Amino acid sequence: MKKRSWGFLVGGLLVALLLAGVVSNFASAHPDGLDSSLREGCTFDAEDNVTGGSCPALQEKEHEIGGPLADYGIAGIDNEFLSTGLSGVLGVLLTFAVAGGAFWLVRRRGSHAANRADATAEQTPAGRAG
Amino acid sequence: METLAMHISNGIINGPVAAVFAAIALAALAVCVLRGRQDLDDRLAPMAGLVAAFIFAVQMLNFPIFTAGVSGHLLGGALAALLVGPWVGALCVAVVLVVQALVFGDGGVAMLGLNITNMAVLGTAAAYLLIAALLRVLPRTPAGLAVTAFVSALVSVVVAAMGFVVQYQLGGTTDLGGNLAGLAGTMAVSHLLIGIGEGLITATTVVTVAKVRPDLVYALRALKPAAPAPVPAVGGVR
Repeated sequence: MKKRSWGFLVGGLLVALLLAGVVSNFASAHPDGLDSSLREGCTFDAEDNVTGGSCPALQEKEHEIGGPLADYGIAGIDNEFLSTGLSGVLGVLLTFAVAGGAFWLVRRRGSHAANRADATAEQTPAGRAG
Repeated sequence: METLAMHISNGIINGPVAAVFAAIALAALAVCVLRGRQDLDDRLAPMAGLVAAFIFAVQMLNFPIFTAGVSGHLLGGALAALLVGPWVGALCVAVVLVVQALVFGDGGVAMLGLNITNMAVLGTAAAYLLIAALLRVLPRTPAGLAVTAFVSALVSVVVAAMGFVVQYQLGGTTDLGGNLAGLAGTMAVSHLLIGIGEGLITATTVVTVAKVRPDLVYALRALKPAAPAPVPAVGGVR
């Protein structure tokens, strides 16, 4: 990769870290479109416990894993701002590592020569059609 | 206690249907890996990692929609398809969903196939079909790109939501007493509104990237305008 691409990559990651680490604390706490559709028919109290009615959400079962980062927080950190933000930062870094690593492993090797060959191959039929 | 589940939780769809969709999702992702490899070179691979990380971040940002007490968040299929192409894009969204299910307790692990089918496969596919159609007819201006991004993102969210409705019809664990239309209606309306948010976020992000580095927008590189343009596509030249 060229230097400029590294700059873009680092800049993009910083934006993602800022969004997940800070802005995430200002996100709406209301259930999302899916969740609220599944809660239709039930009534809830202020603590979000079901107080009556019947709805698909009642069938919800425990998550298999849970884990220390479950529900986008860090178990043991009481400060909600810190807990949400740190879990977001960890999530961004983890997602970047997993996705970037996997894509790097399966990428097409020797891309420079191949790129040019592909570009020529792609342009030929298009040129004929035009 | 309030939980932050954004995706299908365990128990909502029955096991057999979830397993069938796990197989469907796996097959679709395998195709994406095979086709996506053609696109993945030394330059696209790290960018695709960034796209996945960015989608993870923005999915945390639930925004209010105009219905009281309901929020929405980015799904990311259209954004990924625009920036890194449909095959790699679907894989980006899938990685986000896997990380969320395995590490953040969001979306049941047994439900992953359902969530991946809706958001990574259906959402991205619907988005890219529209992107391909719109980018060919709309002018190659920031406005044209913004309209393409907005419309494809909005539609992709509704398509993903309808994917869930179909899955619920097949294996929903609550007997709605023939009132599937009610669920379909609620899902459609809320996701139409969420789609507007998705469209705005997608358009803003893609237009920004196109302004800074137009060569990094896959859709602009791969999709040539219908009319022969005097200036070659922005990709390739650096």
